[in-house]
Amino acid sequence: MIGGTERLIEVAYLVATALFILSLKWMSSPVTARRGVRAGEAGMVLAVGGTLLHHGIVDYKWIAIALVLGVIIGVPLGRVHMTAVPQRTALSHAFGALCVTLVGTSEFYLRAPDVPRFMMAVLSAEVILGSLTFTGSLMAAGKLQEVLPQRPITYRGQNIVNLGLLAVAVALAAYLVFRPDHLGLFPAIVGISLAFGVLMIVPIGGADMPTVISLLNSYAGLSAAAMGFVLDSKLLIIAGALDGASGFILSVNMSKAMNRSFSNVLFGAFGQEQAAAPGGAPARPVRSATAEEAATILAAANKVVIVPGYGMAVAQAQHKVRELYDALSRRGVDVKFGIHPVAGRMPGHMNVLLAEADIPYDRLLDMDEINGDFPQTDVALVIGANDVTNPSARSDAASPIYGMPILDVDRARTVMVIKRSMAAGFAGIDNPLYYLDRTLMLFGDARSFVGDIVRELAGGQG
Amino acid sequence: MRMDLLTSLYVFMLAAFVGFEVIRRVSPLLHTPLMSLTNALDAIAVIGAIILVGEEKSTLSTVLGTIAIVAATSNLVGGFVITDRMLKMFRASGPKKP
Repeated sequence: MIGGTERLIEVAYLVATALFILSLKWMSSPVTARRGVRAGEAGMVLAVGGTLLHHGIVDYKWIAIALVLGVIIGVPLGRVHMTAVPQRTALSHAFGALCVTLVGTSEFYLRAPDVPRFMMAVLSAEVILGSLTFTGSLMAAGKLQEVLPQRPITYRGQNIVNLGLLAVAVALAAYLVFRPDHLGLFPAIVGISLAFGVLMIVPIGGADMPTVISLLNSYAGLSAAAMGFVLDSKLLIIAGALDGASGFILSVNMSKAMNRSFSNVLFGAFGQEQAAAPGGAPARPVRSATAEEAATILAAANKVVIVPGYGMAVAQAQHKVRELYDALSRRGVDVKFGIHPVAGRMPGHMNVLLAEADIPYDRLLDMDEINGDFPQTDVALVIGANDVTNPSARSDAASPIYGMPILDVDRARTVMVIKRSMAAGFAGIDNPLYYLDRTLMLFGDARSFVGDIVRELAGGQG
Repeated sequence: MRMDLLTSLYVFMLAAFVGFEVIRRVSPLLHTPLMSLTNALDAIAVIGAIILVGEEKSTLSTVLGTIAIVAATSNLVGGFVITDRMLKMFRASGPKKP
């Protein structure tokens, strides 16, 4: 028999589930997205409120302390600067995974040694995924925050060591499924998974972060769903499955946008040839221009497409870019932004930075939407992006990035590239775009160079 | 017990399909807020931790559960706050704002 309170809790969970699904549905458009956040919050209040009524709860002291502490830590984490969003996201994957791992560990010791086989299997999946996501996300956050080197670190036999570790953890878990009385194996499984999480991220370079963050997002969701199986909570299973699906879709998008498979991102360590490439190629002539010349060309254009990349984020140039957008728009120039899915360090990174700089979102176009426009574009202005504009991805079968979908900036009438120097990009490959007759190189720091162009536009004819 | 697990598998499968269909429609424009929102929703794991701590079955479960509540709650609060902050910045062009 379920009593009145239990029934109330179940209803609260049911409504919360519906609100969570609506919340994600409303994220489909910027017009309804904030309603989505409200729905999510309402669902969360219902679910947590209902849980606090649970009959099994005998003491609220630690719950209250922990909830207050969580809010105290959570609010500043919600108020970080927009440029820190990628590392904040990685950190929150780590926190989510930590919660799941700790609950899974407690459940194991509360139930051991009489754990049914299926339960033990799910519990193992929960702690393996949880542990590796915890340390993996901490590593990713460290790399993004630049406390750890962003460069991929590789050594011979790395993949064999990593896969071997994971295989050992899974094998121990399988053994535990049949012999749950071997309690000592459990900490070993957790420990190995924690180590695997660290080693998994060691060979990952900065530009692979969008895929890796999405993948960790997916793992965090799946581990929460596994926890739902253990606790027999449909709400948790559904929330975990939604999160897992979301992370999975994003990782598939990201790897497609780089024309690479998951395993290639995780085991490929793309950036390692970086050091070798730049020195080898003979210097070819490029045309460079000053801010004044660039301003004259931009002012005479009808259509301009700005292509931002991670370099814009590093230089914190988005607010200057906005001034440029305003100055050109005032002159009647049609300015749009072409955004590659993997530009930046996480999915959608550039959109958030440009929206923060107050550029209307209907000016921010996805790669597929903008690519048809380039032949009619007078000036394509590339700011801090490199590999995503490299035409050899289309034409040169020998190029390591061959097949990767790119922004076709080379089809615009004039291409301008703001770049610090001629150094190669993340993939360590030369970009033939820079040597085209229609290309002007604007050497300098993105923020100050864009600032100079804006000044020229203001100072020139009014 | 077996039936429960089977039902759970059905629920998981259907939720995953719903997730794929709903999230496929999210514009790439909003992929960053999408990730922070799903992160906040994922913090629903806090309910498992709350029951674990409240039941006080063992010292270990109370200690680990308390840390788990802190971790999940900070995700929950931080996730919603930052998602809303990001979404507030997305404005359409059109009438000039002050």
